[in-house]
Formats: sequence, structure tokens, C-alpha cells
Amino acid sequence: MSGHLGPDILARARQLISLYPEPRSALVPLCHLAQEQDGWLRPEAMAEIAELVGVTPAEVQGTASFYDMLHLEPVGTYLVSICTNISCMLDGGLELLEHAEEHLGVGAGGTTPDGKITLEEAECLADCDHAPCVQVNHRYVGAQTPETFDALIEDLRAGRRSDEIPSHGTLIRVRRDGGLRADPEQVASERAAMAEAKARRAAEAAEAAGGEGGS
Amino acid sequence: MAVTDAPRIVTARIDHPDSYTLERALATGAYEGLRKALTMTPEAVAAEVDAASLLGRGGAGFPAGRKWAMLRQSPVTYLVVNGDESEPATFKDHLLVERDPHQLIEGVVIAAYALQVTRAFIFLRGEFALGLERVQAALNEAYAHGAVGADIFGSGFSVDIVVHPGAGAYICGEETSLLESLEGKRGFPRIKPPFFPAAIGLYGEPTVVNNVETMSNLPWIVTNGGAAFAALGEGRSTGTRLFALAGHVRNPGVYELEMAKTTFADLINAPVLGGGVRHGRELKAFIPGGVSAPWFGPDQIDLPLGQDEVGAAGSMLGSGSVVVMDDHTCAVRASWRITKFFSRESCGQCTPCREGSGWLERIMERIETGRGRPDDLDLLLDACDNIAPGLTWPPQQTTICVLGPSIPSSIHSAITMFRDEFLTHIKEGGCPHG
Amino acid sequence: MAEQPAGAPAAPTDATEGDFTFTLNGRPARGRKGEMLIAAAERAGVFIPRFCYHPRMKSVGVCRMCLVEVTGPRGAALQPSCYLEVTEGMEVVTDSPKVKKAQDGVLEFLLVNHPLDCPVCDKGGECPLQDQTLAYGPGESRFVEEKRHFEKPIPISDLVLLDRERCIQCSRCTRFAAEVAGEAQIDFSGRGEMIEVSTFPDEPFSSYFSGNTVQICPVGALTAVPYRFTARPWDLDQVESTCTTCAMGCRVAVQSSANRLTRILGIDSEPVNHGWLCDKGRFAFESVNAEDRITQPMVRRDGELVPTTWSEALDQAAAGLRRAMTDGGPEAIGVLGGARLTNEGAYLWARLAKGVIGTDSVDAQLGDGLPAETVLGLPRATIAEAASAATVVLLCGDLREELPVAFLRLRAAAVDGTTALVELAPQRSALTPLTTSFLQYRPGDVVELARALTGTGGPPQGVDAGALESARQHLGSGDVVVVLGRPSLAEDGAMVAEAAEVLAGLPGVRFLSALRRGNIHGALDMGLAPGVLPGRVGLEEGGAWFERAWGSVPARRGRDCTGILSSAAGAGDDESRVTALVLLGSEPSVDVPDRDLARRGLGGASFVVAVTSSPGEAVDRADVVLPAAEAHERPGTTTNIEGRVSRVAQKLVPPGQAWPDWMIASELARYMGSDMGIDSMAAVWAEIERLAPAYAGITADVLDAPWARDGVVAPFAGAPVSQAAVPLDPIAVPGVESVERQGAPPRAGSAVTPTAGPDGQVTVEQGTGGQGEGRPPVLAGPAGINAPHVAPTDSYSFRLVVGRTLYDGGTAVAMSEALTPLVTSAPLRVNPHDLDDLGITTGDLVRVRTARDSVVVPVAADPGLARKVVATELNVPFGDVTAGDLIDATSPVVELRLETP
Ligand SMILES: Cc1cc2nc3c(=O)[nH]c(=O)nc-3n(C[C@H](O)[C@H](O)[C@H](O)COP(=O)(O)O)c2cc1C
Ligand code: SF4
Ligand code: FES
Repeated sequence: MSGHLGPDILARARQLISLYPEPRSALVPLCHLAQEQDGWLRPEAMAEIAELVGVTPAEVQGTASFYDMLHLEPVGTYLVSICTNISCMLDGGLELLEHAEEHLGVGAGGTTPDGKITLEEAECLADCDHAPCVQVNHRYVGAQTPETFDALIEDLRAGRRSDEIPSHGTLIRVRRDGGLRADPEQVASERAAMAEAKARRAAEAAEAAGGEGGS
Repeated sequence: MAVTDAPRIVTARIDHPDSYTLERALATGAYEGLRKALTMTPEAVAAEVDAASLLGRGGAGFPAGRKWAMLRQSPVTYLVVNGDESEPATFKDHLLVERDPHQLIEGVVIAAYALQVTRAFIFLRGEFALGLERVQAALNEAYAHGAVGADIFGSGFSVDIVVHPGAGAYICGEETSLLESLEGKRGFPRIKPPFFPAAIGLYGEPTVVNNVETMSNLPWIVTNGGAAFAALGEGRSTGTRLFALAGHVRNPGVYELEMAKTTFADLINAPVLGGGVRHGRELKAFIPGGVSAPWFGPDQIDLPLGQDEVGAAGSMLGSGSVVVMDDHTCAVRASWRITKFFSRESCGQCTPCREGSGWLERIMERIETGRGRPDDLDLLLDACDNIAPGLTWPPQQTTICVLGPSIPSSIHSAITMFRDEFLTHIKEGGCPHG
Repeated sequence: MAEQPAGAPAAPTDATEGDFTFTLNGRPARGRKGEMLIAAAERAGVFIPRFCYHPRMKSVGVCRMCLVEVTGPRGAALQPSCYLEVTEGMEVVTDSPKVKKAQDGVLEFLLVNHPLDCPVCDKGGECPLQDQTLAYGPGESRFVEEKRHFEKPIPISDLVLLDRERCIQCSRCTRFAAEVAGEAQIDFSGRGEMIEVSTFPDEPFSSYFSGNTVQICPVGALTAVPYRFTARPWDLDQVESTCTTCAMGCRVAVQSSANRLTRILGIDSEPVNHGWLCDKGRFAFESVNAEDRITQPMVRRDGELVPTTWSEALDQAAAGLRRAMTDGGPEAIGVLGGARLTNEGAYLWARLAKGVIGTDSVDAQLGDGLPAETVLGLPRATIAEAASAATVVLLCGDLREELPVAFLRLRAAAVDGTTALVELAPQRSALTPLTTSFLQYRPGDVVELARALTGTGGPPQGVDAGALESARQHLGSGDVVVVLGRPSLAEDGAMVAEAAEVLAGLPGVRFLSALRRGNIHGALDMGLAPGVLPGRVGLEEGGAWFERAWGSVPARRGRDCTGILSSAAGAGDDESRVTALVLLGSEPSVDVPDRDLARRGLGGASFVVAVTSSPGEAVDRADVVLPAAEAHERPGTTTNIEGRVSRVAQKLVPPGQAWPDWMIASELARYMGSDMGIDSMAAVWAEIERLAPAYAGITADVLDAPWARDGVVAPFAGAPVSQAAVPLDPIAVPGVESVERQGAPPRAGSAVTPTAGPDGQVTVEQGTGGQGEGRPPVLAGPAGINAPHVAPTDSYSFRLVVGRTLYDGGTAVAMSEALTPLVTSAPLRVNPHDLDDLGITTGDLVRVRTARDSVVVPVAADPGLARKVVATELNVPFGDVTAGDLIDATSPVVELRLETP
């Protein structure tokens, strides 16, 4: 099953795994990485992730399918998420969604025939002071009116926003520089020393308290 | 900007356009608190936090100092920072991670030192793409600066921090679900007891879970002392707190306010804050602490922004978000949309939450679209009662976590406060608000 | 979830027993430390409804059906009783209006998305959801909304179908897969209301244990292909019995409808199977229903087998055997097989062979076992002792393939971290990933390895020194159980026996047999092996005792299976050649690993009697065919790997003229002129109890005592003082005990009487442990095996390892419609470096030369094998031949040359 993830992605996957005490913890970050490569979570990628973190492919699929951002089916280049939750609803979120469905010709959850845009009805995106709130590939694009929305779609289709908004799946463009810095052995010895010091301080404190009580 | 003369504690730096860079952060005092902490014993640092009486800012409002003290003596412990911020209308952590990541990192290292933890995880909501990049970039800088990693500032103390992206599931804000998610599993909350994170947490080891804002307060507390923090606010509600104001106000946004000394009326109406209900309309109702909280009417607007005060009035300050609804708002539609949220976000473990949320949502939608039935209100309340027996506050529950008993809040509030509107929907076959 | 107090702690069935008192509905009750409230209440007679809780799996507390009111510091609150440990002084109310409302609420919620298709659902009539809705649920539905829709049943494996609309998300199946079987090929996917059980594309839930998920599913979401739509629960009639598909002895409920078996369910037996079954045991019953069963006596006339009467067939059989005796003495008769018999049948056949005919050339093991004296003589461990030992040494085949439920028990022990596994094997097994040391040896080196482990010799070449050292540390614990079977069928069993006898020198060591065939242990215990007599006594020590009882015993030790077949084939000394064979349910060309020898032996015999129920080469060759009743068609007893004697029950009337095995032996003796004086099965058992030392004290009364529901271990040491048992999972055994408890009227037949726990009324004599009253001593201690020496090989030779796979060409699978398609082919597995040397890869063909033959078979790379070792499985398609064609039973190991064809 291995061989689906490209060498760069695989190297980053291995680094991610090394950051956690247990490999399975890297499962979700690895799914993001696979989406960075393919735009969505292909079965081949899930099978490879299973191998990398030591679970069954069914467990990767089961876990990934719990999360809205992990897509088990293909997604357009741009995932446009319109929030209709309470704050945005109060500011016309539902109406904006309706407009978007009409404008794009697809219902929420659908992808335009050209494969460019997937429309999604989102729950609160934590940007309620810019309601109704819209994200494209999880980048905030500010409050939208029907007019600005149409312009935004046009920009996306024309590739005018691609600097700021990478194609779907690329979540974090800043790479961690390096693995863990504190060497586990050093950490272990520090831990022991810390525990010892802590015990000593506790004993001293107890003694001091005892002394006061006695006087 | 504020109504009291309390200092800005967690938002002091954010007005600078480059507030997220190490350069700006250092120029404005970043990592001073950490340097000071490293000269103290871990217990002394913890004691300052205890003295500050810092209540957790994630929603439950549990005192951070007390939570830390519960960590039993164990060679392996973890610190996990909750940056999942998905409670609808809550967007304060969004501000903190994007605008002041160094403050967060400094807070995390201080907490790690006080707890003698050598591995910390910052769990950030996946939809915060920019926040994830900012925190990762700041972390890289902090490592290079010697503020994170091995032998921090030559003190002999080491801690590694990992930024972990979530992937879109509200429930992962619940701390035990967050830990499951961090272990690479489905975000199913664990049963408390026995899975109190402080006893059995990440990988089964004792773990402290604290909110981003809680962590962001630590540099100031260490620098200025717990007593200075406790001197702000009133009763158990000390210090300042971020309030995310949304809905029908002139100036929605995040405001840092002194707790308990400020009221909802200040937040909503003060010209430097919310600026009042917009378009000259009247206040119909407001939700005081995230959509899990029961609603308040205009008569409760003078309540102080204090945890216990709001609790005593039958709701909660929760995640520090306030949603304002004007008199043109349809109460049925608002509570339907909130119910739909819970139905989409129930993790699906517990029968009452999984099935109940979907059923309630379908009944609410029926009423909103004019297909309601005369006995629907009794049915709604009875089904709610089967999720949160008695419909009391704080709620009782038939479920594992409190997402379940949060479902009835909006329905119960809306029916209690605006029963007529429901009846009109049912009788007239649709929403009079259009 | 980690570190969770599992449902595992065994609770006594006695409600009055416990460590402390708590209050249940206002009355005092006894609770035990670590016990879940739901179980404590159940012992006290209060049944709390539930869906997700299963007493053999970790609690998850998700269905919320079991909520009860528990008084805590902040007043009474609803708590899941399946997740709450009972504690001293706890105040619990299970029947308040608040509890009732919460439970009604959960039921109503469950029905929100549950289809109301009970009339067409397999589970209808025995469905806990249906029953509880009737018993507890709200009267009318307040639900008018559209339900969730999924595509109707989808296969999740060859044997199991899933109807997702019916699923109530209790996670019992997914937890079983991950937690019990260790094969998480099914998992939940989706979130909230849309949660469904799913498999990964193209990776079905191909577990040997998949049927358990069907059994524990509380609704009709999972159904088994062989059972679907075959019967309705109210037409079913059932008995409790013991599965004899392998030698584990799992307790089962056998259900039938109109004299056809319809379903087998696992029953929770604390000492044995914990409620689980393997799919072979669960589904192989189809073979009993098979159309082409042998149901009539037949004799060969003019070269043709023709149906006849019992009396003519017995007459011909007796005549043929007498003729052979006249010509060549009693030793001219060889008896092969017996593991498919009941103990009663095995005993009478042993008496017929050894006491009437006078031959000791009798062997129930078909060249795939171990010397009987070794198995019977080494100190014994029970399954429970093995599953709780500090160290378990695996010196056997892959348990998942051979004794699947024993695999589950040991897997659980290893996963718990309480038991260290040390494995000695030429190839990896399903337990290898859980071992603390895996000592991979080259076929032929097993004795040397055992010596190295006990510190009496140096390590054989290629054995990992680190693993050896770590294993030695574990072996010093004084609490070591060796699981003893056949790691490879291409390696002489005597070598394994000698290795075992070397390990017997370890302090505190005990042995658990892993011989796998049906009632093989009963057959050995009853004397169906050379050199032994019934009750685990040696021919020499027991000769006088049995001579007194039977009139005579064989004058000298006879041949084993290999000896009998070789002799019949015409090899060896002519003076006492075997000329007549009696086949007791055995099919030599399938059962005997050396297939060539089996065929030659069968062909070389001049007279063959086949006592059998199924067609095959044995019948084709037989001169007389005597139709025998099968499992589930006759009552009796069986003995499992730990020596546990339990009842098998009759559920069906045997087809046609088939007779129970003991009756055939008794009648044949009469036709041979010797009336054994047996007129009933009960009389056979009485004689076994009286004569067979290891079975002394195991009277019919003992076997029928309520506390002996799981059987008793021979030698019998007396009734247990108190007995631990976990309350049955009522959801998994509908009709056995559950339906009544759930408040709905029983629907499935209730042939099984519920037991209330240890019953003080039954008076039992203290067991004698098999000794005394002039009885000969049971075998004890090593038999002193000296295995043949293995010559070193040249560097071109490969050594062959032959294992087993659960679904093979054996009779049970071959005659079960659902299982036959699961037999896959077995390529010759070769270390990839060796393949490179040959210049071939997986899928290519290779020519294999043995001393006897040369065949061409496909290969596959197996990095788990050592260099110069190749492996495959017996009785599965292997090129155009079977692995049995490569095995030479007369050579201690099998050497091969590989060439590109
Ligand atoms: C359904 C649910 C969602 C929650 N979401 C969040 C969240 O998004 N962010 C957060 O910090 N806490 C959230 N919490 C609260 C956490 O469980 C936990 O109490 C908090 O992270 C502890 O941090 P604190 O003590 O610093 O507040 C949530 C709780 C529940 C029950
Ligand atoms: S209450 Fe809802 S969200 Fe919480 S654990 Fe139960 S099903 Fe999941
Ligand atoms: S929650 Fe206890 S049985 Fe399901």
C-alpha cells in the first residue's frame, strides 16, 4: 500500500510522527498532509497512513470520517464555506448561502462541474464580527454580500487569489523547523531531578510548618 | 475603550499591526514573565496563579490553580492547550492565536514550568489556517530564541511544544474528546469519572487541559503578581476577560473587560463597546455565554459579567460570547438553527444526544416552515426533558458529556420566553417574520 | 480508552456473596470490588436493561439504557450502571419514575431512526430492542419524521451482512473486532446520527470470529449468511451442548427447526470460551445437514458398494475381521481414527479393539499428533491456568488456525499484560506480535532449542540470542504453562515430544495440550492409541486391571498411525502385517499429513471397514460401510484440551439408518462373538467411571449437577466450593436465559434450564483424583521419548514447514456450503532473499524436488521465514497437489530442493 505519498510528503509525515509519544496521534495531521497532496483523502492514502501509524485502514477511514475537514470524496480546488450559524444567520448567512447555491448552480455539499468550487454550509467559523462569514480553503475572506461573493468567485476561478489562498488541502504553509529539541534522555534525567527537588522542597516546607506549629 | 480603568491584560499588544512577530513581541515585553518564572520555584509560580484566582476561560470556568493542584505526582504528565474554539459566536481565541501567538507560547511555557511538564500540545481548530501558521511561525522563532526547547534561557528547564491541527468537529473542544482526537481517534468524549484529564488524560497520564485565553493570562500574572490580577473584578470573577460580541449590535467584536465590574448593558450599549442595538431597533433577547447557554431577556441586561452572578440568574458566562437579537428576530428560527448545529455536531455516542438532537431539529424545522402540530410544544419539551431531566440549570443529564444537555437550552428558552411565536407559527403555517 | 475497569472481573453467581453491602431499591445487596453496578444488581436479581454493555468487553456506557439513580454527595443522579463500579454503601434505585422516564426516553430515541420492519427482520421475535420496547417502551410512536436511509444490507464479509438502518450504534461489533479479536477491520465512520459501521474498500471483515458480531448485535443489523431467513425464532428448538469442531470444547446452544440444524450460538462458559465461537464451529453445522451424508449400511458386492441391512453389514464386517485375525493374528487389524466419536463411543471401540480383538495397533491421531504417553503423562494445566500464567510457552501450531478460541483466551491474557508469551516455532503465528520472545527455529532443531532454554545445551544456529536470554528469564518464574501441539506437520512429532519433555524439567511447569482434532483428548483418554488403556493408564501398568474387567488385553504394544499405514502398504516385517483396517470417522488421504503413505496404506489393506457419516476416499475403498450418527445427532460426553468432560447433546434424529458410535461397537462385538454386556449409553458411562482411573468419580449425577454445567476436569477433584461465573450476556443468547429476564415472554425454545448458581443440594462424593481402589495409576511424568536424529543438510536444501489453516479441505469445511468458498490456495512461501537467489518472485512457479517426487507449485515471498526454510499449509490447494504430497512421515524433517521449472 505504500508508495502513494510522494517523497516530500512522506518525509514530512515521518517528522510529524516523531513529534508524538504514540504514532497514532499523527493520524489527523497526516490526513491533512495527504489532502495537501491530493486535495482529498484517497483510499490509497488512507491505507498508507494506516501503515505509517500502525492501525487498520478501516480505523483511518473511521477516524477521518468523523471530521468535517477530511474529505473522503473529491473536493474542488476551492472549498467555499458559508457560515449560517446563529451570528451569521442573524446577518443574512442563510440568504447568502441560497444566493451562492443559485449563482454556482450547486447545492451545499456540491461541486461545480468544472471541479473548481465546492460549496459548503459551515457551522460557526469563529469570525462572527464579519458576518456573514465566509472561508475559502479555510482562509477568511471577510463578510460577504451577494455582490462581493460573486466577485470573489470570479477571482478564484481566474486564479487571482491563489497567493493568499492555496488550493484545497494545503492547510499550514509554515513548516516546523526541526523535531523535538529536548532530548528524551535529558528530559528523563531532568524529570527525575525535578521530582527529587520537588520532594525536598515539600519536606522542607513540612518541616518549616511543623516548626512553626511547635513554637 | 473600556468602561472601567482595568488594564488590558491579554490584548495589550494586538493593536500593533505586526503584533504576532517576535520582534514586536520582544519590544513589548514578551518572555519577561517567563524569565521571571524561571527564577522562581515551580510551586511559587503555581501559587501566583492560584492567588490570581484565574478562572478557566474555555467555558466551564474552573479555577486554573485548583486544576493544576490536582495533578497527582507522576513522572509523566502533559499539558494540552485547548484552541478548538468552535462554540458558536465565540471568536476570542481566534484573535489571540492570530494576533499574539508569542503571548500564548510564553503562557504555555510558564504553565509547563509550574507543572513540571516536558511536553505540551497546542490543539488548534483546523479552520484556523492563518492562526496555525502564525503559531507555528512564532513557535519556530521561540525555539530559536531559546524560549522553548532544551534548557530554556539557560535555566535547565526543557519543554517541547507541538502545534496540533484539529480537523473540524465542535465536540473536540470538550476536553476529553480533544484528548481522544489528539490520540488520533474519533473525538468521542470519555466518561467522567474516571476520565478526568487531571487523573487519566492523554495516553492515560495525568494531563492539564487549559484554554488559549487562560494560558495567555499567565505572562501578566507572573509579571505583575497574582494579587494584582485578583484585585481586578469581584468575588470569584477576577481579572479581565475577553467577550466576543455578535449579532444585532453596531460594533460586533472582541472586548477585554474587567469581570463583574462591567455589565451586559455596558458591553452591548456602551458607545466604545457594542454601541447598542443597531438600526435603532429594540433588544429582544441575548445569549450570554455561547449557544449552549439559556437565553436572557432585556430585563436581565444589567447583570454584571461575573461567573457566579450569571450562574445564579439561570444561565452561564460560558465561553464569553454574547449574541444579541433584535426585535425583528424570529425566535423559532434562531433556536431551530442552534438545534441544527447540535444535531450536526453531536459526536453520536449517546443515544439521547445523537437521536434526540436530530429529532428535535426535524420538529423545529417543521414548525419553522409551517408544518407544526398543536402538541409539538409538549413533545419538544418532553423530548428535551429526556435529554436533560427536569430542564433545570445547571442541567442534569442522561448523556456522557454536556453537549447533550446543551441541546435543550435554546429550545427551552425560546418556548418559555416566546411561546406565542411558536403558536403563531403552528396556527398560521409559517414564520410571520418571513 | 485506556485503563478502564473492564467488565472482566468474574463475579460469583451467588447473590449473597460479595465484599461489601450496598443498597439496591431499599434492600441490602452484596457487591464485589471492581464489579460494575449492572452486574452486581443482576446477581441480586435486579435486571437493568442495556444494549451496549457486554460482560466480556470493556464498558463504554454509550447507549444510556442502563441509567439508574445513584445517590452521591450532590443528591441522586442518573448514572450508567454499566460504567459505575459498585461501592460500599452505595444507594441505588432502579425502578423510580425518573429512571423509568429516562429508559423510556432512550428507547423512544432509539426508534427515531430504527425501521419498523420487525416482521421481515431475522431478529424479530428475539430482539432486545423489540422486547424492551414491549416491556418498557412508550405505548405509541410520537415520531412522524422521515428516518435515516441507507442502502439495504451490504456484505461486510463472506459470512456477514450489515443493514445500517437497523444499527443502534452500540459499538458491540466494532469493539469485539478491535478488543477481542484484535482485527479492527470494521469501525464506525461518520459522526452523530450518520454514524455507520463500515469496512475499508476491498478489505472485508474477514475474521475467523466474525460470527460473534452477529450473535452479540442487539438488533437485526448484522445477519449471518447461513442463517438469514432460514427460520423464525419461535420455530426454533434448542439444547445446550459442546462444540466438537475442534478440541477446545466451547459451550454452545444448538438450535434446529424441523430436524435441521439452523443455528449455533456460543454460550458463556467461564473456564472455556467466554461466549465466543470461531466461524468454523458456528457455521460448519451445515455439514450435518449435507445432502450426501452416508445414511445406510453398505457392503461391497462384485466390486460395487450396495446398500444393505445392519445385520448383514455387521456380519460381513465381523467375518472380514475374523478372517484377518485367523490369518495374521490380532495385530493384523489396525484401527485408525476416533476423534469424531463421543467418549462413550471411543471407549467401546477401544474395548472392542483391545479387549475383544486384542490389537493395540489403534490410533486416533492420524500422524498429526504427539505420542499419547507424552500428552497424557506431562503435568496438566487448565485453559484458565494458561490464561493467567506468568509465562506461556507456545510450542504448537498457529492457535488462531488450529484452536481459534484458545487463541482468543491467550490473546486476551497477553494484551492484558499479565502473561508473557514465549513462542518456539519455525514460522510466525497470529500470536507472534504479542510475544515477549519469539524463538524461530529451523525444522529439526526443536530439541536443541529446548535444551538451550533449560540451560542444558547451547543455542541452535540462527536462534536469536537476545530473545533466548529474555525467554529464559521468563521461564524462571515458576508459573509456566507450555501449550503443546505440532508447530509443523513436516517435522516428526516425536521431536516436539522430546522437546516438551526437556521443558518438563523447568520449575513449576505445566502443559496444556493443543492437539486440535474434535474429541481427540477423549479418544486418547479412552485408550484409542498404542500403549495406553482407558483412563490415562499405560498398557503395562493397567494391563492386569483391564484384563480382569475385559477378559483380555493386547499382548504387546501396537503400531501408531504411521506404523499401521506403512505395514498395510506392505513395508516392513511380513510376519505381523496389518491387512485389515477399521476407519473410525477418519479419512486418511485428507487427515494424514503424508498423503502418499495414506493412499498406499489404504490401497494395501485387503479388508477395510469404514465407520463414517461422510463420503470420500475411505468409503470408496471400504468393503463394509457402517453409517454413524454425527455431532448433534447423539448424546454423550466429550473431553477438551484441558481434560474437561462435558455433555454433548442430541438435537436431531440421525438421518436414515445411522447409529450412534457406541452402539455400532457394541453390536459389532456381538457379531464377533463377544457380548460386552452394554445395553445403553448410560451403561457405557458407568463402566468408564468404574474402570478408567482418570475418570473415577465423574458419575452421571456429577455431570448433570447444575454447578457442572461447564463440565468437570478429569481427574475429578470434587465439587467446587464456590464457582465464579460472569452473568450471561442476555442479548447474545436469546432464549437461553435472556428473554425471561427482559420481561418479555420466552419465544425461542427453552430446552436449556437456567441454573441459579452453585447448588448446595447436590451431594457429590469427594473425587478420588483417579487413584485408589486397586485402580492402576494414571500416567505421570515424561514418557522418555527419544526422537530420531536429524542429519545435517547441505547448503542447497530447504526444510519444509507445514502448518494448518482454519478453512482447509477437511470434511467439516468441505461439506459446509458457506465455508467452502473461504478455502484459499496456499503458495509455497519462501524467504525473499532465497527467491532472489532463484531469480523468481511472488506468483512465479517453482519446481520442488523431494526424495520421492517432484512437483511444480506457485511461490510467494514471506520475509517472516528464515533463509532456507519454506512453508505452506496442509489440505489447501497447492499447485496441482497438496502439501501432503511432499511430506514423508518416516523422515524426521522434510528436505527439498527448489529449482526454476
Ligand atoms: C461541548 C463542549 C465544547 C467545548 N468547547 C471548548 C472550546 O472550544 N474551547 C475551550 O477552551 N473549551 C471548550 N470546552 C471546555 C473544555 O471542556 C474545558 O473545560 C476547557 O478547555 C478547560 O480549559 P479552562 O479551564 O482553561 O477553561 C468545551 C466543553 C464542551 C462540553
Ligand atoms: S452527549 Fe452527545 S456529544 Fe456528548 S458524548 Fe454523548 S453523544 Fe457525544
Ligand atoms: S450505557 Fe450502560 S448498557 Fe449502554
